[in-house]
Order: sequence, then structure tokens, then C-alpha cells
Amino acid sequence: MADLRTRYLGLELANPVVPSASTLSSRIDTLKRLQDAGAAAVVMQSLFEEQIEHEEIEIDRMLEAGAHSFPEAITYVPELEDYNIGPDAYLRHLEQTKEELEIPVIGSLNGASKGGWVRHAKLIRDAGADALELNIYYVAADPNLTSAEVEQRYIDLVAAVRSSVEIPLAVKVGPFFSSMANMARRLVEAGADGLVLFNRFLQPDIDLETLGVDPTLHLSTSEELRLPLRWIAILRGRVDASLAATTGVHTWEDAMKLILAGADVTMMASALFKHGPEHVGTVVDGIRTWLDEHEYASVEQAKGSVSQAACPDPVAFERSNYMRALVNFTSPYDWRIASSEPKA
Amino acid sequence: MNGKSELIAVDGNEAAARIAHKASEFIAIYPITPSSPMGELADEWSAAGKPNLWGVVPEVVEMQSEGGAAGALHGALQAGSLCTTFTASQGLLLMIPNMFKIAGELTSTVFHVAARTIATHALSIFGDHSDVMAARSTGWAMLASSSVQAAQDLALVAHASTLEARLPFLHFFDGFRTSHEVNVIEAVDDDVLRAMIDDHLVRAHRERALSPDHPVLRGSAQNPDVFFQAREAANPFYAITPQVVQWTMDRFAEATGRSYHLFDYTGNPEAERVVVLMGSGVGAVQETVETLTAAGEKVGILEVRLFRPFWSQAFAAALPRTVKAVAVLDRTKEPGAPGEPLYQDVVTALAEEAAAGRLPAMPTVIGGRYGLSSKEFDPPMAKAVFDELAKPEPKNHFTVGIYDDVSHTSLEVDWSFSTEADDVVRGVFFGLGADGTVSANKSSVKIIGEGTDLYAQGYFVYDSKKAGSMTVSHLRFGPRPIRSTYLVNRANFVACHQFHFLERMDVLEVAEPGATFLLNSPYGPDEVWEKLPVETQRQVIEKGLKFHVVDAQKVANEVGLGARINTVLQTCFFALAGVLEQREAIARIKRSIEKSYGKRGQAVLEMNYAAVDKALESLNEVKVPAEVTGDLHRLPPVPPEAPDFVQRVTAMMIAGKGDLLPVSALPVDGTFPTGTARWEKRSIAHEIPIWDPSICIDCAKCALVCPHAAILMNVYEPIAADHAPESFQHKEWRDRENPGLWMTIQVAPDDCTGCGVCVDVCPAKSKEEVKHKAIDMEPKLEHLEQERANFEFFLTIPPPDKRDVKVASIKGSQMLEPLFEFSGACAGCGETPYLKLLSQMFGDRILVANATGCSSIYGGNLPTTPWTKDRDGRGPAWSNSLFEDNAEFGLGMRLAVDHQAAYARELVEKLAPEVGRDLADAILSDEQTDEAAIHDQRERVAELKRRLEAVQADEARNLLAVADALVRKSVWIVGGDGWAYDIGFGGLDHVLATGRDVNALVLDTQVYSNTGGQASKATPRGAVAKFAAAGKPVGRKDLGMIAAAYGNVYVAQVALGADNAQTIKALAEAEAWRGPSLIIAYSTCIAHGIDMSTSMSHQADAVKSGFWPLYRYDPRDIVDGRHPLRLDSKAPTIPVKAFQTKEARFAMLARSRPEEHAELQKLAQADAEERWRLYQQLAGVERHAPGRLEEHDEHGRGSPAEEEEVEAWPT
Repeated sequence: MADLRTRYLGLELANPVVPSASTLSSRIDTLKRLQDAGAAAVVMQSLFEEQIEHEEIEIDRMLEAGAHSFPEAITYVPELEDYNIGPDAYLRHLEQTKEELEIPVIGSLNGASKGGWVRHAKLIRDAGADALELNIYYVAADPNLTSAEVEQRYIDLVAAVRSSVEIPLAVKVGPFFSSMANMARRLVEAGADGLVLFNRFLQPDIDLETLGVDPTLHLSTSEELRLPLRWIAILRGRVDASLAATTGVHTWEDAMKLILAGADVTMMASALFKHGPEHVGTVVDGIRTWLDEHEYASVEQAKGSVSQAACPDPVAFERSNYMRALVNFTSPYDWRIASSEPKA
Repeated sequence: MNGKSELIAVDGNEAAARIAHKASEFIAIYPITPSSPMGELADEWSAAGKPNLWGVVPEVVEMQSEGGAAGALHGALQAGSLCTTFTASQGLLLMIPNMFKIAGELTSTVFHVAARTIATHALSIFGDHSDVMAARSTGWAMLASSSVQAAQDLALVAHASTLEARLPFLHFFDGFRTSHEVNVIEAVDDDVLRAMIDDHLVRAHRERALSPDHPVLRGSAQNPDVFFQAREAANPFYAITPQVVQWTMDRFAEATGRSYHLFDYTGNPEAERVVVLMGSGVGAVQETVETLTAAGEKVGILEVRLFRPFWSQAFAAALPRTVKAVAVLDRTKEPGAPGEPLYQDVVTALAEEAAAGRLPAMPTVIGGRYGLSSKEFDPPMAKAVFDELAKPEPKNHFTVGIYDDVSHTSLEVDWSFSTEADDVVRGVFFGLGADGTVSANKSSVKIIGEGTDLYAQGYFVYDSKKAGSMTVSHLRFGPRPIRSTYLVNRANFVACHQFHFLERMDVLEVAEPGATFLLNSPYGPDEVWEKLPVETQRQVIEKGLKFHVVDAQKVANEVGLGARINTVLQTCFFALAGVLEQREAIARIKRSIEKSYGKRGQAVLEMNYAAVDKALESLNEVKVPAEVTGDLHRLPPVPPEAPDFVQRVTAMMIAGKGDLLPVSALPVDGTFPTGTARWEKRSIAHEIPIWDPSICIDCAKCALVCPHAAILMNVYEPIAADHAPESFQHKEWRDRENPGLWMTIQVAPDDCTGCGVCVDVCPAKSKEEVKHKAIDMEPKLEHLEQERANFEFFLTIPPPDKRDVKVASIKGSQMLEPLFEFSGACAGCGETPYLKLLSQMFGDRILVANATGCSSIYGGNLPTTPWTKDRDGRGPAWSNSLFEDNAEFGLGMRLAVDHQAAYARELVEKLAPEVGRDLADAILSDEQTDEAAIHDQRERVAELKRRLEAVQADEARNLLAVADALVRKSVWIVGGDGWAYDIGFGGLDHVLATGRDVNALVLDTQVYSNTGGQASKATPRGAVAKFAAAGKPVGRKDLGMIAAAYGNVYVAQVALGADNAQTIKALAEAEAWRGPSLIIAYSTCIAHGIDMSTSMSHQADAVKSGFWPLYRYDPRDIVDGRHPLRLDSKAPTIPVKAFQTKEARFAMLARSRPEEHAELQKLAQADAEERWRLYQQLAGVERHAPGRLEEHDEHGRGSPAEEEEVEAWPT
């Protein structure tokens, strides 16, 4: 039987399947089911700094609304002993998770301000997280902001957190950089021990009845796998950091492809929402079976074997990839129809 | 004496409540101003697990009324508990029956009373002794506290004494003046408390309790043979009580160094003139006595602390032997009595003591009234009393503090007299409720009072409006304890926190020469002068004020605090007032911010810290020019075209000068004109809705939901707009049947509160830019002038004839004039749209019985009322009786109207030969089932009156007096859930059971909104409310189904924001049903913790989740096998959770107690599902007519709920 062990952020994991940051980690019993199903580690749901701040301000606003205005009602809502706003509840949950689970627990932080990142990173470390995943997302809507400035913001954040906590640090980013490879290198230089590729965030949608704009999160599909697949394949061997693939990992086939491209771990959430925590077991079994059937001794052996550096056709991962796909796609059909609707 | 470290800055309510909570096991509570905070604190402390002296957390139980609270206490006392409660005013009166029993049974307990005016010609929430005086025959011991310190100390004396004396104690202090004054007091610590409450006596109390282990009988019925003797048997307890109290006071003095006596005399030991009084007025008289004795006058003050049992001997003994004249001041009025209560006691006591030879001679005694309803009582008034006493024939039964030009009772006052010391910083701060001025000032008092060697006092004056309300804070800081129990009227620091106040208010009137004036100004030091009214400029120059400006709003915006400018201005105050050294002050402000906002999180703290840091950078001194410049003038309180009464009387109140009105200016019986709110142009909105006719779809929703009747709609012939201003907008009214009409949606720019509810509901969006709706909020100042002109013109277009309009439709109802307009309710209020709608539909023929609560306050709190008249002079006739009796009050109106109608019909029949048979028959036969018929009947009655003028018979005069009753009247009983579900439920139930034609409209906010959000039986499970700080554990009462159980009661549950048409239909059907009706209307409230601009969307969510199903139960369907209950809303489409997480009242519990929240949420979901299931089944149930349903004929049957809204114009 193939050895499924893998190393990620310096942690030794039993296999390369890890549930990514999602609400699946909000309940201890679900976390235990994930562990029992074979999850090698777990990334906790993100601590959203903006959300905490928003809640603090809102609670304050509600308590003050109408207060001290009218002689019969000095206030309208009782002042409670504790509002549990701030990261306390998250940290208590993290502590409890760490106590109850045997697998490594990776904290996740989604923040906005520099001060907030560092403060909360320390709190997550103190709560016992084995590693920390920084989830950075920034919509650069300001036309005066250059890409260089945006990139520098990312780098500064990573450096600031790196200098404040010593636990392993993963950085989860989106794919929208002009020079992804360069960005990856700089993130690693700033202190990232691993890169998590890529982020999926709320995307706006328009309700045709109300004409309202509704940011919604749709579950991913296996189709979305290709973007991380490409970049993991490209970055494998080019940056000195662990690589985690996330987005579009639904089946053992998906995971296996990513491992071959060079992922140290594959992370999934949408598939677990669809099929339940036990789906982890199916994926792990699938990987093992494939490795056995194809006579691989271990994950380590397969890891990166089809990366850009290791594959016979490295340009396939770069621009020519498009041409090739087009040709492959159109050949069985009428090329005129296909070329009139190019699909990448 | 205790050290400074134990000083705390608290208000009188907190001072008393902290003792009461420690010394009790069971606390029954019920909200009533100004005592509610005592109950709230007790509840919060118990919810937080704070134990009493015996290490157990007191049980705090909210009852359905004060009557219920007293009953529960009586029971708990009988069963051996240590009990207390807190109340005031009418609440105390409701306790009186039980109080007689409790005293008759010699039961130890203490009731703490924040003494408040009893409602007579008007309700007043403010302070005087009319309530406690009404309770003085109950046999309770009565102990008066005159200061915040005493409120704490004597609370303990009362709890300790009652156990020893066995008499129950009523401990009282003046509502607002003491209950709400924040002052620095020495806290009683637990050791003292422990030592004062004797466990031996507690055990004796328990031994007297009812127990089946040693059974006795109490509460017997006695006969003429023994009742009298038994009543006299308790005498020895009354005889000994004063000594018990004095002994307890002595023990307290030993423990704390603070000494109290039954009667405390201060002043010249050889005084000839002495003023006797009790309560907070003592502070003002004491200061006066000090000033006068320092000037060599022989005056003194005798403070009464133990009013009952009144120990004459101790009273006489406390007076100086030299006394020649005594003035007794009563803070109450007992019309028709030979004198007020304390005066009568003093006269009796002195007469008896003089007769017994214990006084050298009987002094002259005069009595006077002062300070009713918290009327100011200050040293000039106290001096006027001493001056009167010096006269050879002093006026008896005088009044002081008012100008009585009717009965000439008032004393002349020399207003130049002052006792204020120069080393006291006296600040007056004008703020808005929403800007945090009061909370910042409370914090300043704490900063100084609890952390420095200085003493501090804060007192806060609020206005009677809930939206855009002004607050005035009166603060004193000084080196000695502050006993000045009156407003600051010579301020050496004046801060105006809102620039626009200068337009209408004389904020500098209180400034003394050389004072500092801090103005929050959007204009910098170089530009501000030109922007000031010349009246203000003149005061700045003439008084030589030091003038500073700060753009607090800019700073607050920069740091994210929005409208909350308090921290900025508090910092500026400390920088300018010199109370503390600046750096120390800033450090202390920050510590105080940490204490106040710490648990609300880092973000809130950081915003406030940033505000402190940035405040001083923006503070600038203004170089005051030598001359007045410009031509800006302060605006008059009302426009010159206002009616005479409004000009003479209302305007004075609006200008904050009501104190100057003479007795003759006021109505003798509390009767006021309606239609006055329109003259009070408050112009409080920053943004107002602006209409874009090009995309409007004529839906009328904006007008329908406007809580302030500030958006109006009219549909008219184009000719009516012939002379419209150019900016006046209109569009073609889309109506196939009536082409060519125009419609206009018009904002009342000075009456709008800027709540934004109209924009939230507007469904018409621009095709090019969806954020632009047919109605958008825009900066008021950009549109004010134009919209003022438009609104003025709009009012000249007559509304359509009611006969031509389908009243029971959205559009139809909104074409009609609101007869409820511009109320001072909270911006975005969920209640007022229902009343406005009601007034549009039937306002010309309704009598409104209004329960005490929000609706009686925004409906009837002076200076103005939103209830108004139509162009024919008809409109709602409104009255408020009490909180507990509103249904009965309304029933009484119905009975009177019906009786007059019956009498009138009889006379019409009798006088038919004289007035004409045809007319008589027409009058007698018309059922008046619709607007047209009612109109015709009105015309017939007018004709009848004309004809009656010519008839000589006396009966013709009698018929003229009641002829209007021949036109159908509709009685509406309006109140909140506190009334309908709790205190007034028994009466409501009874009135519904009478089968009479009354309509009860319950404005259900699910809490006692007016008193600050206390839980009622309408409060939903899982909501956090006052008195349910840990989340309400049980579900809401199903009032509708209780009423529907009668069978013949029309019942509807409505939510305007969820289904406009269903609400209108329910109102119409209820009005048409000639039996009892009950409409329960979902009313959003700031106590829900929501953004009130989304008020209507929340209602929609409440319905969608099944939390608030819409239904109508129509007794007219109890025939032919039809099902009277119709469910008007669809089965739940979202979970209750989805609705509740958007409201802080539920969300807060999720944060503070996640486990309980999760559990309660599950139950709340089950509640909703169960209710839906039940209603669905009931909707399929046939009912059969019990009794004589046919009497309430078929009039006004509504169309089925699913029927489309029909075209509104015309019928």
C-alpha cells in the first residue's frame, strides 16, 4: 500500500487531504467526523477582522439608539454583562478544537488593518493553532492605486505577521496578480512557509426582480480546478514553500491531479458541503487506490511529477496551453463553430 | 468618616436600588417613570447573579401591573420573604388596597417611591408628592429623602427599621430631581449593611409567616363587634416607630458618620422664621438659609424626614424656641382642603404642643405650594418665602414659583438673589438626544466625582419629543458637596452642541458675564460670527463671553463616530473649563471611555480615543468683534399666522419659556385645541425625500408608511394647480376611468424627521440608474426653500370628496387628509402610520381613548398635538385617562354616544311633526353604511338643526344638544401591548365581552416602549428586553385568539409593512362591524435594535418567517357554514432565525449567551410553526352564532383577502 504521508508547512500529515476554511469547522462534532473520515489536518473557519469590528460598532450603535433622549426611557435595551464581541468566542472554539482533535489545527485569519492582523495572529497562536493561514483579499477598486502598491500591501502584511508569530504561516491569495510567480516568490521571501492557491470569495450577483446586488457564494465545481492546477504546476520547484491547492477539489481524481502537479496538500470544502464530512474518506481511498494501481510507492513520489518542470511539455502550462486546448477541443467537431465561440 | 476612595457618582434611583437589592429576597417590579430604573437595575443585577446580603440572588419578577406587584408582594410577605418594590404616581395608587392590608397586618417591607405627580387635568411624569400623599392613610411609615446621598442612606434606615418596628415603610424621594440627579455620594459598604440588618429580626419576620407547619389564619372578615377594637390594637407599634427609626438612624450614624434625625433643623439657633418641608426642595432652602444667616438673618429650615408616623413632640422639640413664624411648604395640592397635608400636620402638631405647654407660644403658621410636577424651586423662591414670613400679615395658602393672576396666591420673587459660590463650575450643555451629550456629561460627573477631590452634580432636562429631541444638561463641579437642587441659571460655561439651536433657542440666556461659550460649529473661528443671529452676537458682546468653536461633527466623522459628537465636546469642555489640568483630564476621559465602552469592543474604544486626541486640534477661540453685524435673526417659535392660543400659550412652551405663563393663560380643565403640531416647525431632518414624478408609479406607499405624515399625496383637477410655484411638481394620475387628473406627492420639509422609511418602501426605480427611486433622500438645505413654497401651495389644493374615494384602499386612503400629523414620535416609528391611516379613513367621526404610553405621549404631550381637524373642522376627539383602564374608558365613550343617539332618535320621532316627517324618517332610517350615507346624514342633521331653531319646545333645545350623535361615531381604543396584554388586559377582555361597538387598536411593539423597552407578555421568546435581560424564556401571549374565542369579536392581526391592503381592509372591516373589534398591529420600535429606516422591511420579514401571521377573524362569517378565520399571509418562507438575526434584541442574546440563544431560537421556531399549524386548522373551522349575532348586521363585510386591490378612484 502506498504511503500517503505528506509534509505541509513543516507539519507531517497522514495524507494530502485537508478541509479548507469554511463553516464546516464551526462545530466540534463535524470536526470529529472529518478527522474520523481521514482528514489529515483542518483549517479553521476564518476569523474575520472586519466582521468583528462591524459587530462592535453595530452593537454600540444599537445600545445608543434613542438613548439619553427622552425622560421616560434613558435607554431602550438592557446593558448586558458581556457581548462576546471580538475574537473571544473564536479563540475559545479554537482552543476546544485543539483539545478535542488529534490532527493538526490550522487557524485562519481574514483581516483588513495591519494592527489587527498582528494582534489577532498572536491570539490565534496563543489559542494553540499549529499553523496560521492568512487569508488576504483586497478589491483594488481605486483607479489611483497601482498594482505595485497593492502588492506591497500584501507583502507588508505578511512580513508584519511573520515577525510577530513563529508558528508556520500559510498565505492564501487570489490569482489576480499581473505576475503571479513573482508575487509568490515575494510572499515567500516576506515569510510565508506555504501558499494556498487560490482564494474563492463572494462574487456579486444581480437579482432580476429587485435589481438588488447580492454578494453570494456558490459552491465550486471541479471545473475550477484548472486555475490552481496550472499555478501549482508552475510554482512547484520555483518557490521554496509548501503548496496547497484549493478551489475545485471535489473528487479523488481532482486531488490526484493536483498532487501530480505538485501540491503538498489539497483542500476541499464545497464537496464536503455536498456530500458530508465522510467524503474525505472517499477521496483518501481514491488517492491510495490510484497510487497502488499505478504502482507508486508514496505521495511524495508522485508529488510534482507532472509539474511544469517535470513534465515533457512545459509550455503546455503557459500560453500555448490555450492553443493546444483549442485544437484538441475543436478537432472532433466542426472547427468553424468552435472557433466562433472560443472557450478557455 | 469614610475616605474619598469610596465616593461613587450615582443617581437617586441607583442609590436606593443598591440597598433594596442587597436587603431583599423577592422584588416585584413594574415599569413606571421615574422609578423604572430601580426595577431595571435590580433585574440586571439579579440576571448577572449579584447576591443579596445572605448570599442568594434576589428573585426579580415583573408583574402585569403595580396592583399585581403589590399583590405578589403581599403574598410573599405573608409567606415570610423579605420583599421590596419600586414605583411612583398611579403605580403607587394601584398598590394602595394591598398597602392597607400589609400595614394592617403589621408586615415588614419597604417600597421605594420616586415621587411623581398624579395625573389630574393632565398626566405628568415629573416629581411632586401628590402620590405619596395619596397613600398617607394606608398606615405605612413614610420616610423622605431629600438628596441622592439620603436616598441611599435612608433606604437602609427604612429596611432596618421596618424589621424592628413591624410597620411597612414607604421610602420616597423626588422623581427626577433626586431619582435622576447624578451626584457624588459616599457608598454604604456591605459591612455596614450587614450590621444594620439584624438577622434576629429577620428570623422573627419569618416566624410570623404563614406555614402549614404552624398554621394560622390571617385576612379574616370582622363584624361591627370587634373590627374597631382590633384596628386600635396596633397603636403601640405606631407609637414606638419614630423612636425605632431614630435609634436606627443613630446606629447608622455610628457606622458611617452620617447623622440623620426624624426632623433635622439647620440655620440660626435663634431663628424666628423657619421653613418646614421635605424632599429635594430642602437643598435650595438650606443654601438660602446659609446665605441669609451669614447676612445675620434669624432664619432656619426644618427638614421632615419621618413624615409618618408624625411625632409631634419631636417636631416641636426640633424647632428653635425663638421661632415666631413658620412656613410649611407642600409639594402637592389637595384642592378643597383647609391646607395641604404637611401644613395640616404642622398646624395640628404645633397647636397640640403649644396647648401641652411644650412650646413657649404658638407661632404664626402659613402654608404654601411649590414645585408641582418638578416645577423649579430655587433659592430666590425660598427667599421669597422667608420674606413673606417677615411680613406682619403673611399670605397663607400661597404658591411660589408661578405667577397666579387668577387667585392671586403667588409670592413675588426677587430673581437677582443667588447662593451660588464662585468656586463652583456651573455648566449648561445644549445637545440633541442622538448626539450623546447626556451620556458624556454623566461620564464627566463620574470622572470628577469618583476620581478627584472635587464634587460633582449632573441633572438632565429632556424635551417631550422622541425624535430630534433636545437635551439640556446642568452640571456643577466644586470643592464641597453640591446640594443645589435646582437648575443652573447662572452658568459660567455654556456649550451649544448643535449649531442650529441658535436659530430658535436663546442658549446664552443662562450665561453669566465673563462665561465661556463653546459652540459646535461647521464654521471656523474666522467665519462663525457672520453666521450667528444678531441676538446671539449681542449677548456674546454684552456679557463679555469667551467664545470658542470646534467642528465636532467633522472630527466625529473622521474617526467614524458619526452623529456622536459627545466625546469631542467633552474633551473640549475639560480643556476650557479648567476643572482639571488638561493632561490629567484627557487621561481620565480615556479611562472613562474604557470603562463605559470596554465591553463593546476595541473598534468602539479606538474611535472614541481618536476623538479625544483630535478634539483639541479643532478647538479654536473666536476673536469677538466689538459690534453686532449681519441681519440674521432668531426665528419666532411659531409663524405669525398661527391661531391666538398658539401664539399666546403654545409658542411660549415651544420657546422653552412655559414657566413664564401666568395661571390665567392655561385652560381650567385640561382642554386644549387640536391641530397644533403644524405650528411647531422643528425642521430636524438633515435629508428629506424628494419626489421624481417621471418614474413614480402612483402606488402611494410612501405616503402610507410615513410615520410623521410628512409625505402627502393629492389627486386633483389640473386647474387646481394653476397658480402653483414653478418648482411645484405633478404627474398625470393613471386611472382609466378618470383621465386627465393630476397627482402630487409632497414633502413637508420642516416636519420630516428624515427617517427614510418612504425611500425604503418605494418600489419605483429609475430604468437607467437603479439607486435612484421615485423618492430619494436629499440634503434638506438644498431643497428647503423650494419645498417650503411647494408645501404651502400643496395645502391650498383641497383633498378629493371622501364620497368619491374608495377609502378602504391604499391609494384612496392616501388621497385623504391625515388628521394625525407631524408627531414627535421617534423617527421611523412603527406605530404612527397606523394612527395616521386611521385618521385618514375615519378621522372625521372618531373618538379616541388612548392608553398611557408612547401613543399618549406623542399624541398628547404638550406643547403640541398631532391630532388635527379637517377643512370642515371635524377630526378625532382624543383623550387619555390612564394606563390600566383604557378599554373601559373607551367603552364609556361608546355608551355615552349610543345613549345620546338613542335619546336623539326618540326626540326626532317626537318632534317629527315640527321638523318634518320626511326628514325625521330619513334620519331615523339611514343605516350610514358608507361615506356617502354618512355625508347625507350629516346634511340631514344640519337641516334638522336649522329647523329646530324655529321650534319653541324645550325638547328642541335638548335635541340640538345631542343631534350630532345621530351621525355615526366610531370609538377607537388605542394603546400599546403593555396596556392590552398586561395592565389593561382584564378591562380589554371585559369590554370585548360586552359586545358593544368599540374598536381596540393595539400598537404592538412587544415591549413597554415608552418607559424604555421593558418586557411585556407580548415580548417574543428569546428577545432581550429590560426585565428580561437574560432573554425572554417564554413565548408571547396569543391575544388575538383569546379574543376570537368569544366568537362575536372581529379580530385581525396586521403588519402594514408586510401587507398594506390587508391592514386597510382590517381597519375598514373592524370599523364597519357593529360589535367589538380588536386589531393587533405589528409596530417596529427602536427597542428592537433595528435600523428604523428599514422599519417596514422588518415587518415583512416577521410575516414571511411565520413569526407574525396575518389574519382576520370576521364574525360576519359565522353564518352559512363559512369559516370566520382567514389567514392572509402565506406559509412561512424563511426561518424565524432569518428574521431574528437582523434584530439586535435577538442577536444580542446570541452574543451574550449563545447556548440559551440557540435553545430559545429552536423553541421560537417551534412556536411559529405551531402557531401556523394551529391557525391553519382554525381557518378551516366553522363556527355557529352564539346568541344574537344578527344584531351586528352584515355591514361592512370586506372582500376576501386574495381579492386584488380595486381601483381607488372613484367607487
